[in-house]
Amino acid sequence: MRRKRVTPSRIVGWAVLAAIVVVSVFPFWWMVRTALTPAADMYTDHTGLLPDHPTIVNFTRVLGLTTEAEARAAGGSGAHVDFARYLLNSIVYCALIAGFQTLFCAMAGYAFARLRFPGRDLVFGILISALMVPPIFTLLPNFVFVKELDLINTMAGMVAPTILMTPFAVFFLRQFFLSLPRDVEEAAILDGNGPWGIFWRIALPMSRGPLITIGLTTIVWAWKDYLWPLLVGRSEENRLVTVALGVFLQQSPNTQPDWTGLMAASTLSVLPVLVLLVFMGRRLVQSLNFTGSK
Amino acid sequence: MRATKRRDDRRAAWWFLLPVLVGFAVFYGYPAVRGLWYSVTDYTMLNTPSYVGAENYTELMRDGEFWHSLLVTGWYVVLNIGSQTLLALGIAALMHRLTRSVVLRATLLLPWLVPNVTIGLLWMWLLDTNLGFLNHLLGTLGLGPVGFLSDATWAMPSIAAINTWAYTGYTALLLYAGMLQIPQHLYESAAIDGANEWRMFRRITLPLLRPVLALVLVVSLIGSFQIFDTIAVTTKGDPVGATRAIYFFIYEEAFRFFHLGYAAAAAICLALILGVLTVIQMRLLRASRSDLA
Repeated sequence: MRRKRVTPSRIVGWAVLAAIVVVSVFPFWWMVRTALTPAADMYTDHTGLLPDHPTIVNFTRVLGLTTEAEARAAGGSGAHVDFARYLLNSIVYCALIAGFQTLFCAMAGYAFARLRFPGRDLVFGILISALMVPPIFTLLPNFVFVKELDLINTMAGMVAPTILMTPFAVFFLRQFFLSLPRDVEEAAILDGNGPWGIFWRIALPMSRGPLITIGLTTIVWAWKDYLWPLLVGRSEENRLVTVALGVFLQQSPNTQPDWTGLMAASTLSVLPVLVLLVFMGRRLVQSLNFTGSK
Repeated sequence: MRATKRRDDRRAAWWFLLPVLVGFAVFYGYPAVRGLWYSVTDYTMLNTPSYVGAENYTELMRDGEFWHSLLVTGWYVVLNIGSQTLLALGIAALMHRLTRSVVLRATLLLPWLVPNVTIGLLWMWLLDTNLGFLNHLLGTLGLGPVGFLSDATWAMPSIAAINTWAYTGYTALLLYAGMLQIPQHLYESAAIDGANEWRMFRRITLPLLRPVLALVLVVSLIGSFQIFDTIAVTTKGDPVGATRAIYFFIYEEAFRFFHLGYAAAAAICLALILGVLTVIQMRLLRASRSDLA
């Protein structure tokens, strides 16, 4: 263990880190602070660290818990907003994609790492080559395709391109399965297990860590998704939080946006990932060691 | 008596691969072919596409707006990647020498977890010309107000700064993970030899981090080229096209003007640029792998 002497350079170092933490966190503080400010106070009360007359009305109105008249009185534009619904949509979207994609990619990663079949490396190479294609290139035809299938404004259309696979997850999980010791699996073969038995009873339970890692990363990216759901899921019933925030901004007048409502909605869009960070922070932080060094 | 006959898991393998192969064929392979086809047609989503040869591409080469969007993207990438990488390197080095705190790392990761849309809104508010907190701060110093997102000179630097804010912590943690692989005893013996922190950073950390740094740099470069969300929320390409980056250009061509064929051709040009970057990435990785040995 290094000795931790207090030296001038250490003090300066800690001061810089403290400043960086303040810069990282302050905007979030300002977001919550604005969300708790009555819209009527916006011109007189927009500089202090705390609101003069804190209120939760901005939250209740963007969650659709107030009447339209109440929402309008509290600074709303009068357009219908229901962030409770959008949050639920986003959670369903993330859960569907993270759950199925992780399972399917684990199956494929296992097959590429352990099973023997003709053309294995060729097929894997083709899948991986998709990593080099920028998403917007496939996004245009995918939009046309989903439109031809008549799946615009449905959850099915929104999750379709990502629920079955993503090349990175296949690559990542194959790497992991390659590193698993073979002897346990070989013992299971001698016990009369087929590939499915080994996969479900041995390989999957042994890879809880990487599966959670890739699942969490997928949840985070799905939570941030914007362009695809913007094209495919604009309708009220299927709108995700990100799309809804964009629509909410457009509905509010350009001259004076409804900042208190927007910040309340923004706060709501941060809460679920904040919960994730509080409970899974260690895993998330460690996942960067994995995914970063590939 | 193992492996008396060579194992062939062909039947099982197809079942294992079925969902992924279907997903790949339908949502990667098929659209890739279709995208290539669109790029040589006059498709508008309303007509039946007819073949026009290389017309979209020659048109692109003559299109000032296309070149302008590439220029604007380049400017953004330089500002964003430059500031983000330097800051992240500094933060990672500080953390590496000072602390292993998971709480600190989780805090730095927070902006990365938040949707770009939220970040765009949040900073629109902080940078607002009339009521924004930053202009309030400038005001107390007797400066401003600055139209951070409405002034053509400031708009792109502001967006680059917003995304630097959002991704520096994440980048720093990737670099920090790389630094943790450097053997600790190197620092201890350097300290015995009387080296100061700056010297250790230049002589030990930087050279041994090079492979990780190269990888992180190119991955973030490729991400940076694809800037869209922040622009779509805050400036929508304005003022006067100052923030009309290539992704936004393609998006508008396709979904606002319905020039799908033209947009597909532009997307292929972007793919080529990113392809070159990826090749450079592979080169860099191979060239520097031996350093950690």
